[in-house]
Amino acid sequence: MNADVSPVNSANAPSESEEALPGAAENGPTGERPEAAYLLGLADDAMVYAQRLSEWMTNAPQIEEDMALGNIALDLLGQARALYPYIGSIDGTGRGEDDYAMLRDERDWRNVHLVEQERGDFADEMARLLWFSAYQVELHTALTGSSDDVVVGVAGKALKEVRYHLDHASLWVVRLGDGTAESHRRMKAALERVQPHLAELFDDDDASVTAAELGVGVLPSSLHDGVVARVRRVVQEATLTLPDASPWRSRGGRAGIHSRPMGYLLAEMQHIARSHPGATW
Amino acid sequence: MYGNDVIDPNVPLNAAETAAYDEAAAHVEGRAVGEASQGGFDALIAADQRIEPRDAMPEKYRETLIRQIAQHAHSEIIGMQPEGNWITRAPSLRRKAILIAKVQDEAGHGLYLYSAAETLGVDRAELLDRLHDGKQKYSSIFNYPTLTWADCGAIGWLVDGAAIMNQVPLCRCSYGPYARAMIRVCKEESFHQRQGFEILWTLMRGTEAQQAMAQDAADRWWWPALAMFGPPDTGEAAKGGGHTEQSMAWGIKRFANDDLRQKFVDMMVPQADKLGIVLPDPDLRWNEERGHYDFGEIDWDEFWRVLRGDGPCNAERIEHRRSAHEEGAWVREAATAYAAKQASRRQESAA
Amino acid sequence: MSGASTPPAEPATDTATPAAATAAGTVAGTVADTVADTPQAPPERSWPLWEVFVRGKRGLSHVHAGSLHAPDALFALRNARDVYTRRQEGVSIWVVRADDITASSPDEKDSFFDPAADKIYRHPTFYDVPDDVEYL
Repeated sequence: MNADVSPVNSANAPSESEEALPGAAENGPTGERPEAAYLLGLADDAMVYAQRLSEWMTNAPQIEEDMALGNIALDLLGQARALYPYIGSIDGTGRGEDDYAMLRDERDWRNVHLVEQERGDFADEMARLLWFSAYQVELHTALTGSSDDVVVGVAGKALKEVRYHLDHASLWVVRLGDGTAESHRRMKAALERVQPHLAELFDDDDASVTAAELGVGVLPSSLHDGVVARVRRVVQEATLTLPDASPWRSRGGRAGIHSRPMGYLLAEMQHIARSHPGATW
Repeated sequence: MYGNDVIDPNVPLNAAETAAYDEAAAHVEGRAVGEASQGGFDALIAADQRIEPRDAMPEKYRETLIRQIAQHAHSEIIGMQPEGNWITRAPSLRRKAILIAKVQDEAGHGLYLYSAAETLGVDRAELLDRLHDGKQKYSSIFNYPTLTWADCGAIGWLVDGAAIMNQVPLCRCSYGPYARAMIRVCKEESFHQRQGFEILWTLMRGTEAQQAMAQDAADRWWWPALAMFGPPDTGEAAKGGGHTEQSMAWGIKRFANDDLRQKFVDMMVPQADKLGIVLPDPDLRWNEERGHYDFGEIDWDEFWRVLRGDGPCNAERIEHRRSAHEEGAWVREAATAYAAKQASRRQESAA
Repeated sequence: MSGASTPPAEPATDTATPAAATAAGTVAGTVADTVADTPQAPPERSWPLWEVFVRGKRGLSHVHAGSLHAPDALFALRNARDVYTRRQEGVSIWVVRADDITASSPDEKDSFFDPAADKIYRHPTFYDVPDDVEYL
């Protein structure tokens, strides 16, 4: 970790490298590698969703479910923690996990809007988890073929985890959809509410294109059909249908343009670390 | 100990009770010499054997256990809250992961304990209802707020430390399922206390503000932690008619509240010194003659006041728990409805 | 709970089998009494109770670990994973509905188990053989 790098300067590093070095040599003059920006998107998705899922602890519908959602949150947190130090080693900043998690401002986060949305009811969470874990299953399956050994390692471990998450979400979506009239209504509404935040998962932003060209990452658009097929099967079994595309859709998370809940999420997550600059915990 | 209060002599025997009667009669006749493990409740207790779920047992024993195990389970579940509300604010990712795992453990401990209570023929939903209705208590310690990050350290170090002191003897409790649940719980608790100590240890070696935070947390949690062992039950207080004597005779409780409290103080004072934390008790000093630390008077008025509902967080804790439960009702119903549909579908396809 | 001291399944309700219901006859009424002070509205019924058995590692039997509630077998298995194997305590899990366990009951205890007590010739130590015979 490089203590000399101030958070403000260092936080800009990923986007700078993304613009300065598209398609450039794998190692820039300062050791910056262009795929860092792409990996930051993956890490931030996992980090922010872990934060949201952890809010379920003490709030789940059954105590067993507190534990299950806690486990999923821990898996995602582990994925983020595996990626951040590696990103720090290739984006030229040398930052550690807490520099990324605790000291970046909203505009420097690269996660999609889906994961930052506020916690809704249990159906909302299962709709989000179904889509996100289906996406992660496709993503990490593809990333096990990455040209980067570290990414292959992270993806291999994550794949086992996210298959379980998908399984968990699927069981619940089926039970809520095919349960009582009320649960059916709620599950249907939840699938509609999550809909506007899905397209963003499959946007081919600059960082993804670069990473895909380097063989490190995959084009998000290439994951779309596989993810939808996985989700569709579950939704059908749940006696529901996938809602039509909504008139609006979220955009910009990968470029640091976030929705209203993100600032509050960061305020809560970061305030202690930021109140005590330089402190160790 | 002889006599068997399972059989009420005023209730006429019927055929279904014959076996139990024979057992009791055999026991009274003293036939059970050398066969303690085959004998009735009292013989099993006398031989320090475990009572298992479907053994005959005195009603009071069963009631006491249901109350105690349920209260213990409720404490774990309510105990998720004070630390749970720091998960989203943990100051580092390492601490966040530890805290999630710890709160998960508490949920797990609650589940182990509810399942032990259920072996006594009571349903978990009923126990939760009694918690939500205020008919059953949980440890009063969780009616205090967690004001700063250091409170997560103080809870691990002091509250979990006191809990372990209370719980280790319960691994030898006379009721088998409770004892086995406690073995699992205690194994997991020691991680909790160590992580609490580590939080404080890190804070005490940190900035001035961090040190002050740690000291403040210890100041607020020390006395409530001492009160966790329960009201005095030795010496004069032993004549007060508490539960201790009967619970000890039944092997549900192995040590008196006061003895465990003294052991706790003796263990914690050197640890506080090591941390550099000053325990908030001017009367705390080593007593050479007793071979123990003397400590000041616990504010039992406060203890009873908080226990009876007038603590800083009583209403908040129950409200949180109750609303999570109520908001989850439609989810639980949906899963039940789906299971019923699946069962009837299976029947139809089999037909 | 782990280790050899763990007994076989304890169906967690006293009414798991008809035999159990009669065996518990002396105490069943008392349970109902202690529960009688619960509210008027029909209380929510818990999801069914499942007993959980965990194989600690390859080569060992599944051992009773505890119980939990789940709406169906799939969730019972998954809940068991989260509740009883968070620290790598298992490589395989069985779950079984507590209601489906038939257990011997205390009032059958004497006739079930005592008759084995005098068959000491079933144990190798019963036999007198010379000390200097190997592999026996």
